[in-house]
Amino acid sequence: MLGSGADRLRADVNRLLAFLFHQGILDEQFLQLQQLQDESSPNFVSQVVNIYFQESEKLLRNLRSLLMERKLSDYKNIGIHINQLMGSSSSIGAKRVRNVCVAFRAASDQNNRTGCLRVLEVLEHDYCFLKNKLHELFQIEQQRILAGGVGYPMQN
Amino acid sequence: MNLQMTFARYTERTAFERPLTSGVAYAVRVLHSEREQFEKHQGWTIKRMDTLEKNPVHKDDYNPDLFEPSPIQEEYAPVIFAQDIISHVISIDLLSGKEDRENVLRARRSGKGVLTAPFPLLKTNRLGVILTFAVYKRDLPSNATPNERIQATNGYLGGVFDVESLVEKLLQQLASKQKILVNVLDTTNQSYPISMYGSNASDDGLELVSHLNFGDPFRKHEMRCRFKQKPPWPWLAITTSIGILVIALLVGHIFHATVNRIAKVEDDCHKMMELKKQAEAADVAKSQFLATVSHEIRTPMNGVLGMLHMLMDTDLDVTQLDYVRTAQASGKALVALINEVLDQAKIESGKLELEEVQFDLRAVLDDVLSLFSGKAQDKGVELAVFISDRVPEMLIGDPGRFRQIITNLMGNSIKFTEKGHIHVTVHLVEEVIDSIEVETEFSSNNTLSGFPVADRRQSWKGFRTFSQEGSIHPFSDSINIIVSVEDTGEGIPIEAQSRVFTPFMQVGPSISRTHGGTGIGLSISKCLVNLMKGEIGFVSIPKIGSTFTFTAVFTSGSSSSKEYKSQQINNQTNSVSSEFRGKRALVVDPRSVRAKVSRYHIQRLGIHVEVVSDWKQGLSSISRGSSAFNMVLIEQEVWDQDLNGSAHFIDNLEKIAITTPKVFLLSNSISSSRANTTTSGVCNLTVIPKPLRASMLAASLQRAMGDGNKGNPRNGEVPSLSLRNLLLGRKILIVDDNNVNLKVAAGALRKYGADVVSASRGMEAIELLTPPHRFDACFMDIQMPEMDGFEATRRIRDSEQNINDRIHFGELSVETYNNISNWHVPILAMTADVIQATHEACLRCGMDGYVSKPFEAEQLYREVSRFFH
Repeated sequence: MLGSGADRLRADVNRLLAFLFHQGILDEQFLQLQQLQDESSPNFVSQVVNIYFQESEKLLRNLRSLLMERKLSDYKNIGIHINQLMGSSSSIGAKRVRNVCVAFRAASDQNNRTGCLRVLEVLEHDYCFLKNKLHELFQIEQQRILAGGVGYPMQN
Repeated sequence: MNLQMTFARYTERTAFERPLTSGVAYAVRVLHSEREQFEKHQGWTIKRMDTLEKNPVHKDDYNPDLFEPSPIQEEYAPVIFAQDIISHVISIDLLSGKEDRENVLRARRSGKGVLTAPFPLLKTNRLGVILTFAVYKRDLPSNATPNERIQATNGYLGGVFDVESLVEKLLQQLASKQKILVNVLDTTNQSYPISMYGSNASDDGLELVSHLNFGDPFRKHEMRCRFKQKPPWPWLAITTSIGILVIALLVGHIFHATVNRIAKVEDDCHKMMELKKQAEAADVAKSQFLATVSHEIRTPMNGVLGMLHMLMDTDLDVTQLDYVRTAQASGKALVALINEVLDQAKIESGKLELEEVQFDLRAVLDDVLSLFSGKAQDKGVELAVFISDRVPEMLIGDPGRFRQIITNLMGNSIKFTEKGHIHVTVHLVEEVIDSIEVETEFSSNNTLSGFPVADRRQSWKGFRTFSQEGSIHPFSDSINIIVSVEDTGEGIPIEAQSRVFTPFMQVGPSISRTHGGTGIGLSISKCLVNLMKGEIGFVSIPKIGSTFTFTAVFTSGSSSSKEYKSQQINNQTNSVSSEFRGKRALVVDPRSVRAKVSRYHIQRLGIHVEVVSDWKQGLSSISRGSSAFNMVLIEQEVWDQDLNGSAHFIDNLEKIAITTPKVFLLSNSISSSRANTTTSGVCNLTVIPKPLRASMLAASLQRAMGDGNKGNPRNGEVPSLSLRNLLLGRKILIVDDNNVNLKVAAGALRKYGADVVSASRGMEAIELLTPPHRFDACFMDIQMPEMDGFEATRRIRDSEQNINDRIHFGELSVETYNNISNWHVPILAMTADVIQATHEACLRCGMDGYVSKPFEAEQLYREVSRFFH
């Protein structure tokens, strides 16, 4: 009974991951990240992703406030923020967020404020979407670990 | 009168004897007492001359009868005889004329001939002199006194000298009368010379003065001769001098012209130089512009591509998706083009500099091979790489650019090849020059796929390296390699062969339409080859194929390269996999070139290889062999040709061999071989897809041999295994301000067994890395606020240098510094930007290499393996 529940959860995880991959929200770097998790660091992925969430939210807040400033925006600072976000996104394999960052950087390189704002909106949306999905994923993981407490799905 | 007649006739007849006298006359001395008698006797009266002198008459109306009778004198000297011409002087008293009187008196006193001063002659009125001799009645002694002489005087003989006619006669004899003007002067009275002949023209100094002596010492005469005309111009001198002047002028002019011309040419030259400089500047500017613009285009293009990518993920219908795909493909093509233009521009503006890093040539070629393997398989073209054993394992040079050249040449080959093969060979130049092996190998149609090819030896015909023996670098660490890319494609048309290396030149417009490409690749390759101090050449036969060959100079990567043989295989096995070392393989392949390629790749795994050409030989060598073969690799061609034979072989294999070797099929395309495998019904046959390359070969063998399938099968298991070997227990510092990155990087390295320390700021890193410390390596993020990776590295290097120096000079003891006297911690940059410029900047500030973020196992391995052995 427990085993089948674990299996079901495992299938859910796989389905969710497949969806995220198919939509281009995640890329293989996320799998690499999962491979880094082993007995010595059982919560590695969720740790890293949580740090990512904290950092990214801070960055997004800063970006919005920078862009909302009346006067001339500080594009250099924006660039630094985007680079940060882009770096951490590619580290965890958040492909779509990273791609939006590329577009964002292009817009900020051109000092295109309206473009930046538009991309920022896309970015916020994508980020929220990613966050929700990853939370969902971790929840299922959590349940699965509680249910079965066996190996990691990708470790086939 | 009779006497007169006689005298006249006589004098006339003897006139030729006195050519200078115009006439002679004789006068007698008549005393006054005898006058009357004398006059009677003669029949005329004595006439006087002085009135005549006072009133000179015209010679036309000359009439002697007009003369007055002489007044009474003491004595007279009337002329009694005269030559006919001067017969008019008869009866004239010589003593009555002033000149004549004096003359007569002097003549009879001295007894010598006496000259008168010149005076106008009677009748003719011409200037003349008269020479008078006294005639004495008796002979007088020479010492007779004047008185005695006067007493003895009987008469006087006078000769008239008409000076004018005299001189004229003389000058006639000189025959230069017209040219010479003669003046004859009586200079008895020095202050008043009397002109006797010639006009009184002004004298201009050019005179010849000569004294004349008419026999009268009392009178002095001189003749002055000068040219009638002004002295003639010295024409020769004038013409000569004028000529010289003209010549001088001409020479001067020539000089002037020359100098002018030189100045002008120099001026022009300066202008040209100026223009050349401008042109060069313009060229550089153009390249810089291209570089800048290309770079600037690339950035927004990334945005466009990213957005297109995102667009593709949204809900699109089929048409829209097609549009987006097209747009994306075009965008990618544009970026590729821009990259090439950027390269070209960089090369032209001289900005492109080659790296000097250690790299594994074989790994580079494996990479390129895997890049093209898909395409080659689609086309059914066989792809193979062979690298001579003598080429060292590690070289120092620019792997990226080397790879670019190879990729370019192979890309072209694969574009134009529909059947046959593409074969890349790498040798040392020395090897090619003096190896007979290479020569004989090429003698027949013995090629990779059996298709004829263009003789690659032709492609390096023009290389300087080959023409001069001495050009092969004598330095032991300089490695001169020669790479040939041989294909069996459609070849380059003869007429297009000359412009193959010209940028943007393609064989024809149709080519770019059918095959795409910018036509800039070969030009870039040529530039890159030149930068590597090499040469590139090709030979191409239409419908048969092309062979491109280039040389490049690298330096040997490891000092032990001379013992390459054993060393190399060891390295190889270490890096790829150690599990196959010492095993034995049998390759069944009748074609030696292909067998050589197979042998090369299998040997890289440390496997001992034996090649046989057919089944029979194979069986015999297996049965004979002292040690068992672990594997048999069969070329697909052999397998397909004789299925019965192969079945027989497999059957026998199990019987003969002590331990049944695994059987592999070396196949060009996966699908066809699978089909065959099923039909032949042999179960334990594993297919190894070509092109062969060490990593893939190792993976295939590993899988088939059933040796522990540990690690992750997904991606680069070999590097991850060896990475673990390399990194196990190493103490590594990671510096990154991005917590997520820090965490991920640390996790990755920890997974490989490293002991990881994290730092989030550059200052922290500097503190941690100030010797003495125990870190084996440092991974440093470049973009960090406060202090970026470059600056941090620079400071770390400074402090290391400082401490090394102090240890060196004995200021610090080595013991306190862990017995390390030369501190240099490997620092690798971590960056998401994989731009050349960033890499250069990394090396400049003292970093040892760089890895991209997020970590990629193979790259990480490559970089890390340079420091940890």
